[in-house]
Amino acid sequence: MTTQIKSKPLLAVQDLHTHFHTFAGTVKAVNGVSFEVGAGEVMGLVGESGGGKSVVGFSILGLIDSPGKIEGGQILLDGQDLVSAGENRLRQVRGREISMVFQDPMTSLNPLHTVGRQMDEVLCLHSDLDAAARKQACIDMLESVGISRAEERLKAYPHQFSGGMRQRVVIAIAMLARPRLIIADEPTTALDVTIQSQILKLMRQQIADKGASMILITHDLAVVSEMADHITVLYCGNVVERGKTRELIETPTHPYTRGLIDSIPDTAERHDRLKQIPGSVPDIRNLPKGCNFKDRCPRAQALCAEREPTLTAQHGSLWAACHFPLKPGELA
Amino acid sequence: MTGFFHSEFFHNYKRSTSAIIGSALMAFFAFAVLAGPFLVAQDPYDIAALNLMDSYKPPMWLEGGDPRFPLGTDGQGRDVWASILYGARISVFIGLVAMIASCTLGTLLGLIAGFYGGIADAIIMRIADIQLSFPSILIALFLMSAVGTGIDKVLIALTAVGWVVYARTVRGSTLSEIEKEYVQAAKVAGLSNRKIIRKHVLPNVLTPLIVIATIQVGTFVLIEASLSFLGVGVPITQPSLGLLIKNGFDVLFSGLWWTSVFPGVAIMTLVFGINLFGDFLRDELNPRLK
Amino acid sequence: MFGYLLKRLIQMTLVLWVVSVIVFLMMSFTGDPVFMVVPIDATDAEIAQARRLLGLDQSLLVQYGKFLTSLVQGDFGNSYVFRQPAMTLILERMPATVEMVLVAMALAIVVAIPLGVYAGANPNSRISRVIMAGSLLGISLPGFWVGMVLIYLFAVHWGVFPSSGRGDTAEFLGLRISLLTWDGWHHIMLPAITLSLGTMAILLRMTRAGMMEVGRQDFMKFARAKGATRRDVLYKHGLKNALIPVVTIFGLQLGDLIAFATITETIFSWPGMGKLLIDSIYRADRPVIVVYLMLVALIFVVINFIVDIVYTLIDPRITLK
Repeated sequence: MTTQIKSKPLLAVQDLHTHFHTFAGTVKAVNGVSFEVGAGEVMGLVGESGGGKSVVGFSILGLIDSPGKIEGGQILLDGQDLVSAGENRLRQVRGREISMVFQDPMTSLNPLHTVGRQMDEVLCLHSDLDAAARKQACIDMLESVGISRAEERLKAYPHQFSGGMRQRVVIAIAMLARPRLIIADEPTTALDVTIQSQILKLMRQQIADKGASMILITHDLAVVSEMADHITVLYCGNVVERGKTRELIETPTHPYTRGLIDSIPDTAERHDRLKQIPGSVPDIRNLPKGCNFKDRCPRAQALCAEREPTLTAQHGSLWAACHFPLKPGELA
Repeated sequence: MTGFFHSEFFHNYKRSTSAIIGSALMAFFAFAVLAGPFLVAQDPYDIAALNLMDSYKPPMWLEGGDPRFPLGTDGQGRDVWASILYGARISVFIGLVAMIASCTLGTLLGLIAGFYGGIADAIIMRIADIQLSFPSILIALFLMSAVGTGIDKVLIALTAVGWVVYARTVRGSTLSEIEKEYVQAAKVAGLSNRKIIRKHVLPNVLTPLIVIATIQVGTFVLIEASLSFLGVGVPITQPSLGLLIKNGFDVLFSGLWWTSVFPGVAIMTLVFGINLFGDFLRDELNPRLK
Repeated sequence: MFGYLLKRLIQMTLVLWVVSVIVFLMMSFTGDPVFMVVPIDATDAEIAQARRLLGLDQSLLVQYGKFLTSLVQGDFGNSYVFRQPAMTLILERMPATVEMVLVAMALAIVVAIPLGVYAGANPNSRISRVIMAGSLLGISLPGFWVGMVLIYLFAVHWGVFPSSGRGDTAEFLGLRISLLTWDGWHHIMLPAITLSLGTMAILLRMTRAGMMEVGRQDFMKFARAKGATRRDVLYKHGLKNALIPVVTIFGLQLGDLIAFATITETIFSWPGMGKLLIDSIYRADRPVIVVYLMLVALIFVVINFIVDIVYTLIDPRITLK
């Protein structure tokens, strides 16, 4: 596949397959996903819940535990494959070159360790700083994410922080070792709406400061349209569309993307009902022949049940996997 | 009925070696308890059938053994195997009956505590808490020392110890069901307490009760065995497996081990089987893990 | 803090009071102790006199009042059998029981926790399955029977360990302790092993369950995402969390050990308070039974209290209320 970005990408995921072997059948959570993220870029990874987005994130860091396994593909960090790398190499990468922000701040932190200790752990693993320097680095980081009285707070336990504050701590931990890429898995979904925008702003500022890249995993297109430079849309473990944010949002080519965009409530216009994509996600253990989306697609035809579509170039920066993609200006 | 054999429960059952072994052991004991005495030639408690010349014969695979008595005989010439079958009857009977009694009493008290709250709830739960901070064996021991020996007394002591776990579970279930909005709505519409119990509380509490009850039978068999071993359990005329072990203890030091070891193996097998199956039941019926 | 302590103190006293009532009632309605103290051929007058001396001719309430006052003073009267203060008899034998219980608990912990951690961390390995089957067997065994089997094998058949009795003792802080002599250890091994098996099995199962539960938690994965090794995550992050439920049952297990010690002491003729209790039950030696029960109730109540305090020290989320 040709690269989308001119310069060499920081991270290139190529034809990734991650499967889960359960008693009830094999779940192909990630079924041939490819994308690239360049330095300093934000990529949005969008899709419905259960569509495999988080699995992509964990696969990159090699944190897929049995019964899951990466069955194929490559994950190239600066050209070096992580799938075939040993655990030692992966441990160097985790927290230092690539770090992760989890979805639920209430469960991400160990309830029995102080916040300071959990932050210190990252620096112990990835730097040579002495105790005093580490402590100072933690204090600076906490202040930088907007937590006041940082020195005192180091001695506090997670349950003494509110949800939003905990997520700030998690972000602080993720940024401490100056990673080049941050994978943020639904970082604001578990938070109050009022806090969400604060956290997003904080994240944007942090990566801009450090020149880092981010993969923002979310089901919320509104969030991603604000934050991301380009977007990859996932459905049932496959990439169905990808491209620059602006183009994708304004002139999507895949019916699924169109459906996602349409279902965002628009307070400007008034409608009787919220638009939704009809039907529901198919059973991922028993995917239908042909295109996965055909049963919910208003444009589906006989061909869609026969052959699986592959990613092909559409207009501008957009690529889509569809036999009958939307042309710009077409509605549905 | 055929629906059961297609259910997920049965599917998992077939795949679980421990569940199959556990239920096989339990079935074996059920059979032994019901049909056993008819299959054994000698009634060990019929004095006329005993012959002192046969006393203390070792198991048949050892020197001096007698194929008539596969596991040997005791001091009175009783066939150990037959004694075990008769003894198992008593042990299992006590375990089952005590479990049913505990379950009934405990469920009743739990319902009362949950529904009526107030003083009744406070008293019942206080007693339960105090009881729980003491080991059951000690409470049972103390009760037995006070009321004397006998199967009925053992049943009372076991029930007095065993009701607590049911009461707490049922009370918890009752309280959470009452809180639910659809129950409150139904109450306003005139639904009687009895109906609430039947339609909402009992179905929810049934599966944990089944798990608790199954395992409790094993627990009771062990407690009764300990009590009988100490001499405050069943009377000599109706020896349970525990009493058999006690009788064998006296001659253990002379090297005559089979009279006490085999009944112990029997208890161990029975309770192990119950626990195996109970473990499987707990994993299957536990909604939290689903 | 002070308010909490006061509250607990009141609670504990209440429980002890309830236990005293129950003990008293049960003892009053069972048998007539007067026949323990008078000779067989006593006349009616002598019996009546004995009754008066023992205070048995007064109303139940008065008797209970006297019972309670003497309880608080620590005076439980003399044993019918030994004609010595019941309290002294029990206290003399307490070190022996405490020794055995402590060694049993230590054994149980040392074996159960590491095995449980392993089984929890590697639930599907063959070794783990064997361990779990073993632990299930452990809770299915009648303890007294195991003791007998051990006696037969190690004492009668192979003659490696003594079959009964306590070993030589040495004095320490005014107490006679057998753990200070080799002979003492030689004698304590079989009884302690027998006693420890049930607790060992339960601790093992709880540790395993705790480790498996903790393995599912997000913060474990998050720690790995930082670059920590699997091993570090398991022991530094997981273990403490997994052991919290184990601590909560620790108190109950200690209580169970004291209770089952009665049986173990009987089998091994170990001169502890458990054996004294059983003997006293046979001989209807009421004062001794009462002392034992009240003392043991006190011990349990204190153990539970200590466990609760320890629990708050381990888990920063729990505060004393």
